[in-house]
Amino acid sequence: MSKVYIALQDNDESRYIVEAIEESNPDATVIHQPAMIRIERENRLVIERAVVEEKMGREWDVQELHINLITLGGNVDEDDDQFVLEWKQ
Amino acid sequence: MAAKKLNIKDKYRLLTRDLDWEFSYEDPKQAFPYEEFEGIKITDWSKWEDPFRLTMDSYWKYQAEKEKKLYAIFDAFSQNNGHLNVTDSRYVNAVKLFLTGVSPLEYQAYQGFAHVGRQFSGVGARVACQMQSLDELRHVQTQIHAMSHYNKFFDGFQEFSHMHDRVWYLSVPRSFFCDARSAGPFEFMIAIGFSFEYVLTNLLFVPFMSGAAHNGDMATVTFGFSAQSDEARHMTLGLEVIKFLLEQHEDNVPIVQKWIDKWFWRGTRLLTIVAMMMDYMLPNKVMSWKEAWEVYFEEAGGALFKDLARYGIRMPKYAETIEKEKEHISHQAWWTFYTHGHAAGFHTWIPSDEELDWLSAQYPDTFDKYYRPMWELAKEQEAKGERFYTSGLPQLCQTCQIPMLFTEMDNPNQNSMRDYLYQGERYHFCSDGCCDIFKEEPEKYVQSWLPVHQIFQGNCGGPGVGEVLSDYYRMNVGVDNMDIKGSPDEVRWNKWKGVA
Repeated sequence: MSKVYIALQDNDESRYIVEAIEESNPDATVIHQPAMIRIERENRLVIERAVVEEKMGREWDVQELHINLITLGGNVDEDDDQFVLEWKQ
Repeated sequence: MAAKKLNIKDKYRLLTRDLDWEFSYEDPKQAFPYEEFEGIKITDWSKWEDPFRLTMDSYWKYQAEKEKKLYAIFDAFSQNNGHLNVTDSRYVNAVKLFLTGVSPLEYQAYQGFAHVGRQFSGVGARVACQMQSLDELRHVQTQIHAMSHYNKFFDGFQEFSHMHDRVWYLSVPRSFFCDARSAGPFEFMIAIGFSFEYVLTNLLFVPFMSGAAHNGDMATVTFGFSAQSDEARHMTLGLEVIKFLLEQHEDNVPIVQKWIDKWFWRGTRLLTIVAMMMDYMLPNKVMSWKEAWEVYFEEAGGALFKDLARYGIRMPKYAETIEKEKEHISHQAWWTFYTHGHAAGFHTWIPSDEELDWLSAQYPDTFDKYYRPMWELAKEQEAKGERFYTSGLPQLCQTCQIPMLFTEMDNPNQNSMRDYLYQGERYHFCSDGCCDIFKEEPEKYVQSWLPVHQIFQGNCGGPGVGEVLSDYYRMNVGVDNMDIKGSPDEVRWNKWKGVA
């Protein structure tokens, strides 16, 4: 098992995305570093559009993630409803 | 009835499939002349997939939004004299090194991706390379804009592009990209798209940029993270490239492995300079180089290679040496710059006592034993008014072009040197890794433009080192460089801050 990770800029939009990630992946680890937030989890991490929209209280396009994204590790799979990071070991 | 909105998978499919065409009356081999000579076999380009499925309309939309955010912050930074908020005048030297050593690489990456994007016959790969090429151009532009503010207040920013093409230590990053760009298109993708982007740029753009934030440098952290938001896409492209090549044909596996071995070693050598920036040039520390290396290379890279094991790919060659180097290279590099501080384009200094203690705590196995005594000696010399500058020119490694500053990792008191005889000439190397890379392609590396050799051959002006530095490199000797103590940068800083 290896960890997948994603890092986002620490700002008001990311705050809701991080909340959504925590809800969709209850055992994910959230690490705050200067100006950034790093989230990691064993093997798989999912960001669900519906959950982010619920947190933000507005419509959210999964591709908006690009604006606040810093880095990631893992195989990406993205469609209209979710963004998945995964290792296939 | 209104037309149904396309989902992103359909949009991406339409962009990367239906916009391509078949060559009916021209020979495709003439249209894509570089696609076969490296021995890579592609059986079906349509298997290429961009997991982000980014189409040009979305690309422009999100890039425009990123730019607007970025330039609003640049404006605020300069309107509010943001340079006064950095930790101290030493910090700015890390930014000088970034501008002279890294930003021009963004431009080379732009050129490189524009070139290979033209050379692939698969449209998915061409679109991805086109986007990355545009990204890289954006990066060099935003970096120059961000740092132009510092150029108004500090020395050493004025000739970054001229210096990049000439200065002895800047030939290290420059030759790295020249090497990749003069390779075939698939090797370029493994070199830059995979090895460099996937693992190595993280170490520059994530912990170092977080460090910039921690040192009050709003402009740098902002361009850094904005660039890195593109890098996340580049990393994904890098991973897709390698999976694609490995899935296309089993004959590709040994070729790709050889490139991985070469480019991970080349990349770790290149990152020596980032190691030094993190451990020595950031007055407020976020994490040590060693810790950053463990998180972004060992952990993230380890997970990556476990994922690739199913294709028969193993960890890069020399991984064991690389693991030991994290304890040493930042110290060996900063010592080299400190002792060559008259020939650098930025200021150097002895770490403060507090910083020496931090280094001792971060590197309990090596710092007190090997490196602290050197700094204690430097302090004694400085106190006596004998701040040391070497008068010699360093010998350079024929492959990575770094001065022979590294030691044997199992014996840090012994300099690491290798040599190899090729067609009657003896060539010198810093390591087994660099020597092996030369042996694979000697006809390429015998042509290396080694700055010290060029000085001795009289190709860089002269006759003395002083004229090379001032006339050929265009350094303001004694203003742009030497010790930070007593420098015009420090004098101005103290005046701004009201310190005597």
